[in-house]
Amino acid sequence: MSGADNVIWLGAPAFPDAARTALADTRQRANLRRATGTIRDKRLAVAAELEDWEELRERAAAVKRSTLRHLDQHLLRLEQAVTAAGGTVHWAADAAEANRIVTNLVQATGESEVVKVKSMATQEIGLNEALAEAGIRAYETDLAELIVQLGNDRPSHILVPAIHRGRSEIREIFQREMGAWGKPAPEGLTDDPRDLAEAARLHLREKFLRAKVAVSGANFAAADTGTVVVVESEGNGRMCLTLPETLITVMGIEKVLPSFTDLDVFLQLLPRSSTGERMNPYTSLWTGVTEDDGPQYFHLVLLDNGRTATLADEVGRQALSCIRCSACLNVCPVYERTGGHAYGSVYPGPIGAVLTPQLVGIEQAASLPFASTLCGACYDACPVKINIPEVLVHLRAEAVEAKRAARLLPTPEALAMKAAGAVLASPRRLAAAQRLGAFGARLVARDGRIGALPGPFARWSGTRDTPAPARESLRAWWRRTRGDGDTPQGSRTRGRPGENSRTTEEGERR
Amino acid sequence: MRIALFITCFNDTMFPSTGRAVITLLERLGHTVEFPQAQTCCGQMHFNTGYRPETLPMVRRFAEVFEEYDAVVTPSGSCAGMVRDYHAVVADQYGDAALSEAVGRVAPRVHELSEFLVDVLGVTDVGAYFPHRVTYHPTCHSLRMLRVGDRPLRLLRAVKGIDLVELPDAESCCGFGGTFALKNPDVSNAMLADKMRHVLDTGAEYLCAGDNSCLTHVGGGLSRLRTGVGTLHLAEILAATEGGVR
Repeated sequence: MSGADNVIWLGAPAFPDAARTALADTRQRANLRRATGTIRDKRLAVAAELEDWEELRERAAAVKRSTLRHLDQHLLRLEQAVTAAGGTVHWAADAAEANRIVTNLVQATGESEVVKVKSMATQEIGLNEALAEAGIRAYETDLAELIVQLGNDRPSHILVPAIHRGRSEIREIFQREMGAWGKPAPEGLTDDPRDLAEAARLHLREKFLRAKVAVSGANFAAADTGTVVVVESEGNGRMCLTLPETLITVMGIEKVLPSFTDLDVFLQLLPRSSTGERMNPYTSLWTGVTEDDGPQYFHLVLLDNGRTATLADEVGRQALSCIRCSACLNVCPVYERTGGHAYGSVYPGPIGAVLTPQLVGIEQAASLPFASTLCGACYDACPVKINIPEVLVHLRAEAVEAKRAARLLPTPEALAMKAAGAVLASPRRLAAAQRLGAFGARLVARDGRIGALPGPFARWSGTRDTPAPARESLRAWWRRTRGDGDTPQGSRTRGRPGENSRTTEEGERR
Repeated sequence: MRIALFITCFNDTMFPSTGRAVITLLERLGHTVEFPQAQTCCGQMHFNTGYRPETLPMVRRFAEVFEEYDAVVTPSGSCAGMVRDYHAVVADQYGDAALSEAVGRVAPRVHELSEFLVDVLGVTDVGAYFPHRVTYHPTCHSLRMLRVGDRPLRLLRAVKGIDLVELPDAESCCGFGGTFALKNPDVSNAMLADKMRHVLDTGAEYLCAGDNSCLTHVGGGLSRLRTGVGTLHLAEILAATEGGVR
């Protein structure tokens, strides 16, 4: 599929393999544990401050659901409003088209560099790489994005793309790379966060003052007024959104809100869910262009890139409600340990596990829906109530069906599931399997437990003992002590619900 | 009220003592428990691993076997969650209208043990005696699918002689996740290690939970390292009395 550029990284290993490598990275484990733990506690504290938190979540979910249902109409209204306010709207079906549009727009200005506001949409389409191919340099100005860009790295978190880096690593990167991109790091740079921020500030300032073109994403866009919103913490976004002459915003089509007043709910939910703050320091809103104030040329690129296809899936479409707060990443026990790179996508964590396979097609990311224990912490944290576990199991079914359709022979797993299904379809077969299992277990168990086993069993038994199955199953015990009936000692007179007549009925009704 | 025990295939095979404990407990509280022998499995493993068509016969069997009961009690949070949240999904997607209706009637009558005791029977002190240091792990599906809240802890606090200690970071997943433990063994182990560390920090003799599957995972690790910490299903602590001290 074209246009899946950075939604999945080319050649990325399947999640279990990538995770194994990531888990061995001691420094990253410590960085992630500290960072996710801190942000988790902050989020819980500020969410608890609002008495109507659950009500806000409900309202946000309802707005998103109904907006997605009439997405086409809201987008046309948005186009109309932005155009009326002096902006230009472009429609991009996929990453390649979006990149082409942005590249042409930059080339038309005659400039060869742009400053960038942190944006997931431009990460998704691989815009920086596309611009570089056209000889245009894109400077990331968000502190964490800057760290990623200078480190020739990949983002590992939606909100804090350099979350996997500790401050000593950041110092090394700044010292090593800043000079090649502009103003070098100051002499004697320490790893004190204040010093690091100052180094970034000095490095970026000259770029802000020089830039004629900025590229941003968008957190929201109001269809009724044509107002676009960017929410950020550092002020670098505000610089990009106000100083240059031309502003190009790339926005996923699902970001549209019907009305400006809908922001009420989302601007309460987003900062609390993402950074654990009551309010984010900078909220920039602009409506088209304003004479002699800010950029005089505004282009809004509306990006599909798999979203319309996702919208067609009744269960999966709720992933499009995502406001990119990354609360689900921070509470996810899997993400906390593996970090984001293991997901092989710009969208990591639980939301990535449900979004990525839908944007690129399940066959391209079949291991992601399985990268979860279904513990449900993500669903509880999600400010727009995306039922991530529900979508995960939905996509697992799609992954299995896709594999079934693509292969002539069933996988070993499919055979095992089929066998288990046959046993579990009949209490008699289950009882027989239990007797067989208890007998077999006695051969390998010691002191009632089964230790490490070879081959395919090692995945489980390499680190865990397993109790030997009981000599007498509960159903066998019941029959021995309480008789043949379903009621104890046959105290009720009604006949036993015969399993055979049951299955016959079932067969006939079909 | 006719009460049926849904033991779950896993407990039936691996932990019949948990099923006997449920029966002992409910009979001690003056109730008759029936064990429909045509029961097998809720289909959770198939469903959660993506084998939905294969889940259908189990969903159908469950509805047929348990339809005639007023209450179905099960000593598993995740199996109760499977029935209550997902049987309707399977019935709607692969079954027929009659099955969907049957699931709609039966699923709400399925209660995890602590819900059944506290909400349906209205008891928290079940007259148990268990003179040991115990820590409780609230399994994810009990916590976040069923929302059992502090019901298990209220039941445990009422147990005579118990020394109930709080598990640090209790609400974090243990890393089992059914076939997740096989598909992602490394991540599963990383989560298991942290859960074991917290359990050991409590100095508990027993780790208690409402799901033997999670306990098999954490207990398997505790056993492999010969920590001397045992695992016990909630039902077995609640069924223990002064007459039969462990």
